[in-house]
Amino acid sequence: MKEIRIHGRGGQGSVTAAELLAVAAFADGKFSQAFPAFGVERRGAPVQAFTRMDDTPIRLRSQIYEPDYVIVQDPTLIEVVDVASGLKEDGIIIINSEFEPSTFKLNTKAKVVTVNATKIALEIIGRPIVNTVLLGAFAGATGNIRPESIKEAVKERFPGKVGERNAEAIQQAYDMMKEAKV
Amino acid sequence: MATKGKLEMEKMVVVEGSYAVAHAVKVCRPNVISAYPITPQTHIVEGLSQFIADGEIQNCEYINVESEFSALSALVGSSAVGARCYSATTSQGLELMHEVLFNVSGMRLPVVMTVVNRAVSAPINIWNDHQDAISQRDTGWIQLYAEDLQEAADMTAQAFKIAEDKGVLMPAMVCMDGFILSHVYEPVILLEQELTDEYLPAYEPLNTLDPKKPMSFGTLADPNYYTEFRYLQQKAMENALKKIEDAANEFYDVFGRYYGGLIDEYQTEDADIILMAMGSIVGTIKDTIDNLRQKGVKVGLLKVRSFRPFPAEAIKEAIKDAKVVVVLDKNISLGLNEGALFTETKSCLYNTKNRVPVVGYMIGHGGRDIRMSTIEKIISEAEEVMKTGIKLESQFTDVREEIL
Repeated sequence: MKEIRIHGRGGQGSVTAAELLAVAAFADGKFSQAFPAFGVERRGAPVQAFTRMDDTPIRLRSQIYEPDYVIVQDPTLIEVVDVASGLKEDGIIIINSEFEPSTFKLNTKAKVVTVNATKIALEIIGRPIVNTVLLGAFAGATGNIRPESIKEAVKERFPGKVGERNAEAIQQAYDMMKEAKV
Repeated sequence: MATKGKLEMEKMVVVEGSYAVAHAVKVCRPNVISAYPITPQTHIVEGLSQFIADGEIQNCEYINVESEFSALSALVGSSAVGARCYSATTSQGLELMHEVLFNVSGMRLPVVMTVVNRAVSAPINIWNDHQDAISQRDTGWIQLYAEDLQEAADMTAQAFKIAEDKGVLMPAMVCMDGFILSHVYEPVILLEQELTDEYLPAYEPLNTLDPKKPMSFGTLADPNYYTEFRYLQQKAMENALKKIEDAANEFYDVFGRYYGGLIDEYQTEDADIILMAMGSIVGTIKDTIDNLRQKGVKVGLLKVRSFRPFPAEAIKEAIKDAKVVVVLDKNISLGLNEGALFTETKSCLYNTKNRVPVVGYMIGHGGRDIRMSTIEKIISEAEEVMKTGIKLESQFTDVREEIL
């Protein structure tokens, strides 16, 4: 089983990203489960969402404490939330940032990856919404999911031009990760 | 997950639990829906409102009301004229319905209601436990508990079939854990309309309110008659015991999925330790059992699907060879320090020869997360009980002593 934790701020689409990841994983032939950290979220407050994927049906209902992968939508969260908490040593943490991974002093032995998702989103989607872009980066960095499955899931959720632009942004983030040989 | 039937991934879609249930209600072809939105039930009624606004449920009225009391009251009248009726609620909403719950069951109206289980106030807590539904135990409603999204959806169709059976005619609650099931996305087979029509024919009421054939429902029953009404309600619940099994078997025949009838068993055959539980905790327990079985611990699970009617005979049979029984409850009777399933399991064994030790744990109050490590700890304590007997009969789990 692979477990993913997504950190974001209320309104950034962390829960949507977790759902889309579950939809994409299922399209890849895996069983999946997505859920928010159930709270009384407000826009701007730190939030978390989770996805599990496995080859067999998922029965486990507890929250995720030792994720294989972590996605951080907003790097300013690192000052207020222990985003690397419980992250497996052989795991990967993907941070939306313009800076090098070494900029971030995280308490983890896992691999730290950065991608300037905000820039990609602004250029291609035209809005600083980074959740889908980071899923593209996730696919590229982990090899755990096909980028096509993510693009399909996003296009189905956001039909028309919005979906098309998101798909393009996903592909770019995926390619960047592949080129960087993360 | 289903314990019988094949895994048909090609038919599945990834949806939210609330949507899976709203869709199941839709294909059951209700005639009247009345509900008042309350977290974490809201997505179900939003889904149903959308279906109705889009004209996807024919011959169905959605009655907007100002409270849960009115929501269920509206269904009393609707069901009495022969409509198939549905509602959904949780926590304080269910508690506000308390008086009407008795009316619905007393008038033998087969209303089906999803209870998205949530803790009760005060203090305010929107997260999951079973205190809301358990507190309505004696209102005369059938109470079924679902393990996962598929079961919550499938159980909705089963609930109509059970409730509307002429030998039963009692309302039914389908209980699903708030957030843990209502807000999770996972692959589900949405109930097919054609198969649901085959499984669940139109509701044919035994008696209806009709001006051409005047009749009264729920009028005065003086001391000469009241006892018999109560007696007949109890008989109806006893009939429901078989009907719940039948409904599960017939569901398997039509849809190819089976989750157990009154109960279900997992790895109990040679188990020394048998855990008992209801709802979504069952999945986490199954994973824990698989891990411990690899280490040679003989542990199994008795999943209780029907809390009312209480399946005493099925439980007695399932635990007859166990060396210790551990009951997990997401509720407490304050002043007794026991969860309801624990109390009733002990009670049903008392006049039997089975003197198996039964211990209780109250767990997951107000959404306290239930981890596999907690279940493992409980099982290791059960191993001690097996060796040295009961030291603590019933206890809270995961209490944070440092903040008391």
